[in-house]
Amino acid sequence: MQINVKDAASGAIFILIAAWFAFQTQELQVGTPLRMGPGFFPLLLAAVLALLGAIILVKGVLKGKPSEMTGVPWRGGVLILLAPIVFGFVVRGFAPLAIPPLGLVPAVALAILIASFASRRTTVFMAVTMTVLLTIFCLAVFQKLLGLPIPPFAGPLEWLNPYVDAAFAPFGAAWAALKSVFGG
Amino acid sequence: MDFLATFTELGHNLGLGFSTAALPVNLAFCFLGVLLGTLIGVLPGIGPTATIAMLLPITFNFEPATSLIMLAGIYYGAQYGGSTTAILINLPGESSSAVTAIDGYQMAKQGRAGPALATAALGSFFAGSVATILIALFAPPLTDLALKFGPAEYFSLMMLGLVASVALASGSVLKALAMVVLGLLLGLIGSDVNTGAQRYTLGFLELADGLNFVAVAVGVFGIAEILRNLEDESDREVMVKKVTNLWPSKEDFKAMIAPVLRGTALGSVLGILPGGGAILSSFAAYTVEKKISKTPERFGKGAIEGVAAPESANNAGAQTSFIPMLTLGIPANPVMALMIGAMIIQGIQPGPNVATEKPELFWGVIASMWIGNLMLVLLNLPLIGLWVRLLTVPYTVLFPAIIAFCAIGVYSVNSNSFDLYAVSAFGFLGYLLVKLECEPAPLLLGFVLGPMLEENLRRAMTISRGDWTVFFTKPLSLTLLLMAAAVLAIVFLPSVRKKREEVFVEEG
Repeated sequence: MQINVKDAASGAIFILIAAWFAFQTQELQVGTPLRMGPGFFPLLLAAVLALLGAIILVKGVLKGKPSEMTGVPWRGGVLILLAPIVFGFVVRGFAPLAIPPLGLVPAVALAILIASFASRRTTVFMAVTMTVLLTIFCLAVFQKLLGLPIPPFAGPLEWLNPYVDAAFAPFGAAWAALKSVFGG
Repeated sequence: MDFLATFTELGHNLGLGFSTAALPVNLAFCFLGVLLGTLIGVLPGIGPTATIAMLLPITFNFEPATSLIMLAGIYYGAQYGGSTTAILINLPGESSSAVTAIDGYQMAKQGRAGPALATAALGSFFAGSVATILIALFAPPLTDLALKFGPAEYFSLMMLGLVASVALASGSVLKALAMVVLGLLLGLIGSDVNTGAQRYTLGFLELADGLNFVAVAVGVFGIAEILRNLEDESDREVMVKKVTNLWPSKEDFKAMIAPVLRGTALGSVLGILPGGGAILSSFAAYTVEKKISKTPERFGKGAIEGVAAPESANNAGAQTSFIPMLTLGIPANPVMALMIGAMIIQGIQPGPNVATEKPELFWGVIASMWIGNLMLVLLNLPLIGLWVRLLTVPYTVLFPAIIAFCAIGVYSVNSNSFDLYAVSAFGFLGYLLVKLECEPAPLLLGFVLGPMLEENLRRAMTISRGDWTVFFTKPLSLTLLLMAAAVLAIVFLPSVRKKREEVFVEEG
């Protein structure tokens, strides 16, 4: 007997997720069709999901054709998934790890640096160059041009902000001129 | 008389639309949108869904009309860019251009890349113009109809939309159905609107308002896509001959008129259907052309009809898929789901009221599509060389930038780090599911529709005093449910199933 691993695994995952939702519904009021409680619709959906998962699982086990699996980029995967988390830690601070909020620039720079090593082709020189250029680009576009309310530096690095402002001062004048032209 | 009144109203509405779309700031962002759209359309590995998801939070600072105009531009701009690479290097930038590559690349090999590109651009422009008028014509009556919809009708309409998205997903129908249900469940996370009860939040305060839509979309489409691209880091070979002699000959023009008309008609109709849009339209148009051609053997060997019809169809379909989104507030595909997300971020309740309460937004977006299409023709034909050179940008440089934009974009929505952890979590889930051959598009549709579906179900049941038959006794609701059942029955038919698999194999 041949098992289609992809079907069997996805079926099992759907069943597990459905079970989790159903389990969590315990705390919620289900109610009646006339007066549906917060748990009614989710419980209904969880039941449908479990049923679908079961059919997929059984089909995969009974009459599955073996399926090909392409390789998983483990190193790249871990680094790519790590990058947004590190960004979150650094931009806002993360008390459990005693990370103070440091602001946009350190957060972006670290995220780019981590992400760029996800590719096996990246050399240290490339990674550093990209980090510097992209960080400046992001700061210019998002913080200066679009005016996102994220400080470039925060917490213990706050003293650096005036230098950033000074560096972007000519740029800011150009943007103000553009804005007045567009009347936006 | 009635006709005249309709006509005058149409003129008035389009006038309002063009005066909104022609504001300098809107023109500028329309241009930025189509430029970005072309760019990502050319680059494989990043599609309109991921791009719009990334840029969504940034548009928060814009006027609502400006934001939708730019996001729409990205969507239809990507259709143009995708066909350029399909023709020149047999590498469709977007899946909707996959069929264009068949004959377009053959034309390029025969030294007729110029006419092929011009055909694609002119066909798209014609289709885009027609579709703009169609939207303007059909939106008001549909809006009127939608205003008569009660909760039962809305519920049934959403069911139809969800079922249709399943039918159009590639791969197993069962898995696509499961993904829809999973999406619906994820959409319910957060406070219950009626009772305020916390559902599935695990005690996280950040989840009280539900999972952040942008974080889910960026994770499932953006991050998962990067992970998939990292599986195979082989070089992209780019060999492009110089494109000479852009203008099609007289015979070419003659040969392409009928296919362009047919493609436009077909694409416009298929785009309106829930779950429809650019991809389905282009495949259908190609198949029709091959079927009715007197010389079907030329297809696959550089037939100009094989470029003209699908290119017109995908652009028409991309645009008419705005109709259900603008009039009913129901997304036909993931991109439209993102558009609805953009409206909600702006504090606009999507649905039939948009046309009456925000006419300048509604008609401005429609008018901007025509302007955007014109920009695309002017942008694409002379600059083809530049676009192609973009392909030499290595992916190694591209994806750290994508990650940075994603992170900043997601963070700026709520300024909380929790959303970034959600990006990683959903990136992981999205990649896992893609590896198991589960299509992510239905999940996102389910996620957007989950709360609306529940709300309308509850209301319908309260009105009917707990009687489930309400969905079958109201004629409109019954019709919609029967359509949904028919769609489902059709995809499970053995013959259709086989055909469907073939089509999607071709696409992949």
